[in-house]
Amino acid sequence: MSDISSNSAEERAINASQMKVSDTDVAIDVVGMHKWYGDFHVLRDIDLKVMRGERIVVAGPSGSGKSTLIRCMNRLEEHQQGQIIVNGTELTADLKRIDEVRREVGMVFQHFNLFPHLTILQNLTLAPIWVRGIPQAEAEATAMHYLERVKIPEQANKFPGQLSGGQQQRVAIARSLCMQPKIMLFDEPTSALDPEMVKEVLEVMISLAEEGMTMICVTHEMGFARQVANRVIFMDQGQIIEQNEPETFFSNPQHERTKLFLSQILH
Amino acid sequence: MSFSFVREQMVEPAPAPVNTAGPIAWARRNLFATPSDSLLTILAIVLLVWAIPPIYGFVMPNFLGGDAVPPGGTVEQCRVETAGACWAYISARMTFFIYGFYPAEEYWRPNLVFALGTLLIIPLAIPRVPFKRTNAILFFVVYPVVCFYLLNGGVLGMPSVPTEQWGGLLVTLIISLVGIICSIPIGILLALGRQSKLPIIKTLCIMFIELWRAVPLITVLFMASVMLPLFMPQGTTVDKLLRALVGVTLFSSAYLAEVVRGGLQALPRGQYEAASSLGLSYWKSMWFIILPQALKHVIPGIVNSFIALFKDTSLVSIVGIFDLLNTVQAASSDIDWSSPTQAITGYLFAGMVFWVFCFAMSRYSIWMERRLDTGHKG
Repeated sequence: MSDISSNSAEERAINASQMKVSDTDVAIDVVGMHKWYGDFHVLRDIDLKVMRGERIVVAGPSGSGKSTLIRCMNRLEEHQQGQIIVNGTELTADLKRIDEVRREVGMVFQHFNLFPHLTILQNLTLAPIWVRGIPQAEAEATAMHYLERVKIPEQANKFPGQLSGGQQQRVAIARSLCMQPKIMLFDEPTSALDPEMVKEVLEVMISLAEEGMTMICVTHEMGFARQVANRVIFMDQGQIIEQNEPETFFSNPQHERTKLFLSQILH
Repeated sequence: MSFSFVREQMVEPAPAPVNTAGPIAWARRNLFATPSDSLLTILAIVLLVWAIPPIYGFVMPNFLGGDAVPPGGTVEQCRVETAGACWAYISARMTFFIYGFYPAEEYWRPNLVFALGTLLIIPLAIPRVPFKRTNAILFFVVYPVVCFYLLNGGVLGMPSVPTEQWGGLLVTLIISLVGIICSIPIGILLALGRQSKLPIIKTLCIMFIELWRAVPLITVLFMASVMLPLFMPQGTTVDKLLRALVGVTLFSSAYLAEVVRGGLQALPRGQYEAASSLGLSYWKSMWFIILPQALKHVIPGIVNSFIALFKDTSLVSIVGIFDLLNTVQAASSDIDWSSPTQAITGYLFAGMVFWVFCFAMSRYSIWMERRLDTGHKG
């Protein structure tokens, strides 16, 4: 567990209180959703309403379906029952709708998934140019802006293989941001990183949260959950077991499974 | 007993010990490391001493210490009992080996085709040269059309030369180049189709690939030249060379499809997912993300297919097309040059020509592989 130093944690807490969550604007609405892998019922009766500006951390033991859940939100996985409505567009087999949703939803993966044959700058500009049709010069300017935000503008012309894990993950975040998404999904963004590099990635994610980005993070970083999340969701066996504000979630968990999980990871 | 330790001085990197370098150390390590290594080394040297002098003597002309008859020599010199390779025969029949039965007064046309091809393919193969797009359009679109009209004639006052008269290296290069260039896109589409989620496309691609892979090329060529005309309506004919071209291309594209599929499967799923999650459509993610990486992974396999195709073009001789090997074979019964080493020199020459082209392809692919290597896999 990497904790951001206590000093900045206080500052962050203040900032976090300023982060506005909309009361009316629904970013993602999951209604009675089920998913099966063949005969295996991975997601069961998921109901989740994500408001604009929320920072949600999804926690749970491995195999509980948390990654599958957020991968359903941009249709990397398809669900078989129920509804998923993202930015007002319902996800169905319709490719046009899927593309519409994916343009507005950024995703960051555990293993970065940068394109190794392209330079960092090309990684960042490819989708803006070819999906949004932005002119190359403009796309490059935007890319440099976001590379500066994640503090590695000097790496623009290198290839992903020449960067450290933490740098690669920051590039991956910048790559998503270049599409100016309304929602960001994080699928265990720090799990594949060396311990020394976790912090630099978390800092980028925190600053994103401060700007009011709607975020859903699957993560084991409970320090991050405490500081940034406005809601923690705990999953087990494909179901949402418990959700609450982080404060209450950590100090006063209700479900037995949650208590067991927290006792295992918070030593 | 105490194990407490704190490092006070960091150890700077130092050069490696010197006795691991130098030719003697190299020989000891690589040639004479163990008794059995030494034995193998000695055996290899004996084998080389036994084999190289006779080969050298056969191939090299007089002034280089061999028995061969150099270009410009006479048939009488070739008929001498101890004579080596009869290079004089090769040089005398060279135009036949290059152009086949193409009329001699029209040689400038294939020559122009060779020159234009070289002029276009060299800048295309060197990455540093600019104007790649124009160059590619010229080579892949304009050049084939120009070549066809130049060689076939019948326009601009050039007398018509039917494809039956084309031959030699010219035909070998035409078949292999057309086969290589056309089989790349077809092979890629087949490989993508085989991975498609759409069942009809997938089934069709699998059927096509498995059918062509399961049939020998000779059968394909026989079918194309003997069977196909039987099914065609009376009176319509498809050019023999064209039929061979189509056969070779489809045959090779089936093989290529399987090579490309290997590359597609080797890519981590995360690459597909990252491309999708950015909103890239199927064709855009294939074009920008998947294919560049997949093809790079399988360059050796692709070039392997091309080399095989280049050599397999010699099979068209069995349907009566005069490719390089067939011209060599035909010329070997030329009485004017009949001599003990006439046939073997011809085959040696054909082998050398094939080797030069295949070796060039092989080296180019290795060079390309290194160039495209950005160091790390995704």
